[in-house]
Amino acid sequence: MSQEFPNIEFRIPKMPKLPKIPAKAIQIGLVAIVALVILASGFYTVSPDEMGVIQRFGKFVRLTDPGLHFKLPFGIEALTKVPVQQQLKQEFGFRTTRPGIHSEFAVPADAAKEAVMLTGDLNVLNVEWIVQYKIKDPYKFLFKMREAQATFRDMNEAVVRRVIGDNSVDEVLTTGRDRLAHEVRDELQKLCNAYEIGIDVLQLIFQDINPPDQVKPSFNDVNESLQERERKINEAWAEYNNEIPKATGVAEQAIRSAEGYATERVNNAKGDASRFTAVYQSYAQAPLVTRKRLYLETMNEVMQKIGKKIIMDGSQKNLLPLLNLNEEVKK
Amino acid sequence: MSAKTRNILLIVVALAAVIVLADAVFIVNETNQVIITQFGEPIGGAIVTAGVHLKMPFIQKANYFEKRWLEWEGDANQIPTKDKKYIWVETYCRWRISNPLVFFQRVQDERGAQSRLDDIVDGEARNAVANYDLIELVRSSNRVFEQSEEAVAKDASEVLAKIALGRDKIAKIILEKADKITPEFGVEIKDVQIKRVNYVDEVQKKVFERMIAERQRIASKYRSEGDGKSAEIRGQKEKELKRIQSEAYRKAQEVMGKADAEATRIYAAAYNLDPELYQFLKTLESYRTSLAKDTWLILSTDSEFLKFLKSSGR
Repeated sequence: MSQEFPNIEFRIPKMPKLPKIPAKAIQIGLVAIVALVILASGFYTVSPDEMGVIQRFGKFVRLTDPGLHFKLPFGIEALTKVPVQQQLKQEFGFRTTRPGIHSEFAVPADAAKEAVMLTGDLNVLNVEWIVQYKIKDPYKFLFKMREAQATFRDMNEAVVRRVIGDNSVDEVLTTGRDRLAHEVRDELQKLCNAYEIGIDVLQLIFQDINPPDQVKPSFNDVNESLQERERKINEAWAEYNNEIPKATGVAEQAIRSAEGYATERVNNAKGDASRFTAVYQSYAQAPLVTRKRLYLETMNEVMQKIGKKIIMDGSQKNLLPLLNLNEEVKK
Repeated sequence: MSAKTRNILLIVVALAAVIVLADAVFIVNETNQVIITQFGEPIGGAIVTAGVHLKMPFIQKANYFEKRWLEWEGDANQIPTKDKKYIWVETYCRWRISNPLVFFQRVQDERGAQSRLDDIVDGEARNAVANYDLIELVRSSNRVFEQSEEAVAKDASEVLAKIALGRDKIAKIILEKADKITPEFGVEIKDVQIKRVNYVDEVQKKVFERMIAERQRIASKYRSEGDGKSAEIRGQKEKELKRIQSEAYRKAQEVMGKADAEATRIYAAAYNLDPELYQFLKTLESYRTSLAKDTWLILSTDSEFLKFLKSSGR
């Protein structure tokens, strides 16, 4: 094999002459450098949102707060950083594929399965929720439970289903959402404490809660019918409000005009009465002549108005043969 | 022995010592526990405290086991409930190696333990599910649902059935039964939870049909409520209209009647002064108004008005 390579002459460049350093100095220098490197490898920083967990030969020895710290080098002490201040989040029933101003969501098959659950009245619902939590106890979180996060997911699914299973579909969909979120949070915290998982549940928020797609139209129909009911009632009230004030006005008008009539009637009566009284008083002083005068004045007026006047002698008894009444009427 | 060979010998001895020591010392992590075996035979009890420990080099072996709670998830099982509903049930539990020695002897490692747990917990879950109605697996108390507006008469038979145990207690039963068996292989179970309960597809279809029917009932209730309520309001309106109109009529009649009475009283008081004069005046007035141009008036010369036509009368 070696003969396949072309002969290459290796030339080692000659080192330039260095000034002589005493062997003692080199020794000291080397020791110093090694010591420095060792020291440097022992320093570490913990950022403000974390806590450091130090294990010496695998045994937990201490927790360290944020800041610059020193641990024994050479792997004698090992450091694990745990983000205790960070608000962590898990999503159920959906996944955020790209967070941002307009976050994008997706529902992969396994996430869809997380959401399907039964309500207490044996209906099926798709319930999506998120849970926000913090690692409260790094020691428990690291050393009490393997796969603490996966366990927390399982706990979430179990607790949410248990709580939803004790409520009716209507409660879950409408009235009970806030109450349920609190209930689940409390139950979940209880379970966390029992499991010594070291997690503090901050908040549980239900996102979309929907009936399955197959039955969605009928749920929508219920909403529609609710709207329809409100609309019909509103329409009836509108009619009511439209007609009643009008009728009240008309009624008021009738009453007012009756009152007007009353006033008129009484006034007229009073006027007529005064007139009659006045006439009577003067009449009483000279009844005979006044009576004649009134009669004649009236006759005078009436006679002027009347078109056909037939005057008969008092002795003539039968007038009819003389008149052709039909002809007169035709004219 | 020259100084050089002595030095070499020293180095060899030191190296050997390091190698021996390296095999004698072992580190137990906070998450682990260890069983020492000598040629495959377990020696002594389990080492559960973390830190540095010693063993006989080469002839003894350190076997590591987890000390933490470990995960186990059951397969989705299709199981019929007591009321013959076919459902998928998924459970999970958390377990740990409580007796590493027994664990090591009986199941060797976690894989072995997981498969035993599959048998035991799944088996107990099956038994439990088959012994209870579906509602027992879903509900965990007998709390009465908040009666929202929508809650109309439902299929009372199954939905409102009272539960005897409920989900929590059934999970506890599974746990208790399984936990009696698992110490046989050095395992302790912490908690069994029923994670998911879902209808199998064929049942699901029927459930959806039921849900749809239920919604339709609610929707038609709303619709008829809308009709009813609006009719009620219209009736109320009619009643109100009639009341307003009749009240107005009554009031108007009262007012006018009173006025008529008043007028009558006034007239009577005045005309009673001389009823005959009143009759005379009124008659004259009616002559004025009722006799017009097309009236034929046939008068006899005997009448008072014309009696002077024939003679001055004196």
